[in-house]
Amino acid sequence: MVLERRSLLALALGVTMLTAAGVRAQDRFIVVASTTSTEQSGLFKHLLPRFEKKTGVQVRVVALGTGQALDMARRGDADVVFVHDPAAEEKFVAEGYGVKRFPVMYNDFVLVGPKSDPAKVAGAKEALEALRRIEAARAPFVSRGDRSGTHAAELRLWQAAGVDLNKAKGQWYRDTGSGMGPSLNTAASMGAYILSDRGTWLSFKNRGELAILFQGDARLFNQYGVILVNPVRHPHVKKEWGQQFVDWLVSPEGQQAIADYKIGGEQLFFPNARG
Amino acid sequence: MDTLSQSFVTALALVASFDRELSAIVLLSLKVSLTAVLIATAVGLPLGAAIAVGRFRGQQTLTVILNGLMGLPPVVVGLLVYLLLSRSGPLGEADLLFTPTAMIVAQAILITPIIASLGRQVVEDAWREHKEQLRSLGASDWRAALTLLWDTRFSLFTAVLAGLGRAAAEVGAVMIVGGNIDGVTRVMTTTIALETSKGDLPLALALGLILIALVLLLNAAAYMTRQWAARHYG
Amino acid sequence: MGRPTLRLGTQASGLFPLELRELSFESHGTPIIDRVSLAIDGERRTVILGANGAGKSVLMRLMHGLLEPSGGRITWGGRPQRPRAQAMVFQRPVMLRTSALKNVAYGLKLAGVGRDERLSRAGAALARVGLQHLAARPARVLSGGEQQRLALARAWALEPKVLFLDEPTANLDPTATREVEDVIADIALGGAKIIMTTHNLGQARRLADEIVFLHRGRVVEHTPAEEFFRQPRSAEAAAFMKGELPWF
Repeated sequence: MVLERRSLLALALGVTMLTAAGVRAQDRFIVVASTTSTEQSGLFKHLLPRFEKKTGVQVRVVALGTGQALDMARRGDADVVFVHDPAAEEKFVAEGYGVKRFPVMYNDFVLVGPKSDPAKVAGAKEALEALRRIEAARAPFVSRGDRSGTHAAELRLWQAAGVDLNKAKGQWYRDTGSGMGPSLNTAASMGAYILSDRGTWLSFKNRGELAILFQGDARLFNQYGVILVNPVRHPHVKKEWGQQFVDWLVSPEGQQAIADYKIGGEQLFFPNARG
Repeated sequence: MDTLSQSFVTALALVASFDRELSAIVLLSLKVSLTAVLIATAVGLPLGAAIAVGRFRGQQTLTVILNGLMGLPPVVVGLLVYLLLSRSGPLGEADLLFTPTAMIVAQAILITPIIASLGRQVVEDAWREHKEQLRSLGASDWRAALTLLWDTRFSLFTAVLAGLGRAAAEVGAVMIVGGNIDGVTRVMTTTIALETSKGDLPLALALGLILIALVLLLNAAAYMTRQWAARHYG
Repeated sequence: MGRPTLRLGTQASGLFPLELRELSFESHGTPIIDRVSLAIDGERRTVILGANGAGKSVLMRLMHGLLEPSGGRITWGGRPQRPRAQAMVFQRPVMLRTSALKNVAYGLKLAGVGRDERLSRAGAALARVGLQHLAARPARVLSGGEQQRLALARAWALEPKVLFLDEPTANLDPTATREVEDVIADIALGGAKIIMTTHNLGQARRLADEIVFLHRGRVVEHTPAEEFFRQPRSAEAAAFMKGELPWF
């Protein structure tokens, strides 16, 4: 029985050592609720070390859809939100959950689809026409369906195009209820059309037969904003460090850092804090 | 090269290079799951033994509930713990959301029923064999429960391993309560989910292979312990 | 038989007689023990004899206290409390996954004996059953006969005033059976009251001072062994002796 006691002891010791080794010791940190597009495109991996080095404040990013990210902040589980759905962001501030919204940067949405392009969207003159062609061809289209910023933008576009999605659901319009990446995986395996933010698309590796078929319309503009969660609403918010992060993002230094981020020589996000 | 063989090559390269980020993720995974298993064992085994040996009302109901909870969906547990630990939740003051501790809590909740339920089965079988002898020797029920827990320790190890397997493999709960924060709460399974999202299927699968290898290793060690024990203790 | 009856007397005279009055036990509505009245003294070795299913094991468990009677009562020396200084050895020995020595010590631990004393008493008990050379062996890898002697050592170490044995040799070969019987005889010589069941007539002849013959949950005969084996009083016992009684 001596042996079992010894192995139990070893196990306990091992766990203790792991506990000590596991996590970076860091008291100065903030939680930022952000979107999958900023996280998965690699932007944060590029930006955060610079900010952390300058201020000593660690930024912990929880990547969700914009809708979920705002809800998380509403519950007081984040110090800062960094998302891309201006209408929802304004509402968030108006409800008193956020202090003030600052525009930070933009990129754009692109319409991605199979290279064979059965709906001929590549020949469309504007985004709304491209969507109408998908409807006319009843070509499969994958939607995020997760209240994310991209999902909200997509729904606005369909509405502007006058397409009634209720009739299309379950037919050619497929609602995946998941993040940008999983939705792109689905579209790639189905050979479907999909609206993606450019950043995620550029960093996405499992493209299969998919390619950008339509881009460049002003309607596909994708604005990102940053908001400090209101300390009046949630007194535990780390307002000093959170404000530091907001300030840094819109500062010339932060803006330059955003502009510097490139994948394969291509710039992903365009700083526009000064308007 | 196709995705599968590419994954094997990537997995080997990752292991061979002792990638620092990967080791941190593996260590955190082990830390979270092993701690959760330790807690679940400390709660689950005595609970299972008490149900197996004890004589009280609601014993069968409790057994059915525990068996049912073995299949708890990780996402539901994650959500539950999230709402408890959220700043707007009852335990928000503790400020534990998006920490490894929150992940440990979620996994412990997830696997306690598994360890308790399997443990109850093992102890119940032993109790059937030893009941008259232990009572004849004058053992109280709680004493009998403790004795049988010790006596069946090698079989119980399998129950504990089942819990560990489940904890190490689940992604739903740790994703929600941990937030998959880089360098803080990112573990093997959430990394796999993330790389899948990014469409880097070979890397995701390579990480999966490493996870499977780890779990296999732990199980092999446990199996050998059992074999050894069977030879030495009968 | 010509073997003299041992009348050493036990130190436990205050516990006896062990009296059963109108004792009954039912399982799911079926009577197993049917209004048994019996008085057992503390001196003679009592063997409960009967066919399979006669209720021997249940009667023994009722006396030992493992089962609660459905009706009637049991008294020890006129008192209802069941004595602590009693032990039981079962048909199949059940050992814990540890050494032979520690299995014996475990019983002493439950009896509240201190650590040093229980190891020396356990060692002595093993020596008395001839197992001292196997003290460090895992109990569960011992042979059936060795395990049964180990069970006897575990019971003996408790220094019981009454030892119940339920078919202790039913699973053993003749050699192991004789070894176990020898230990039982030794324990009796040491002053413990022996109450055992068996369906083995030869064993009953070898060990019994008196016979309680059980048939269908009722005591049909309670006679000194010599008398019983010369000529049982009851027809049922006579039939059993001739091997004509159906087993059920």
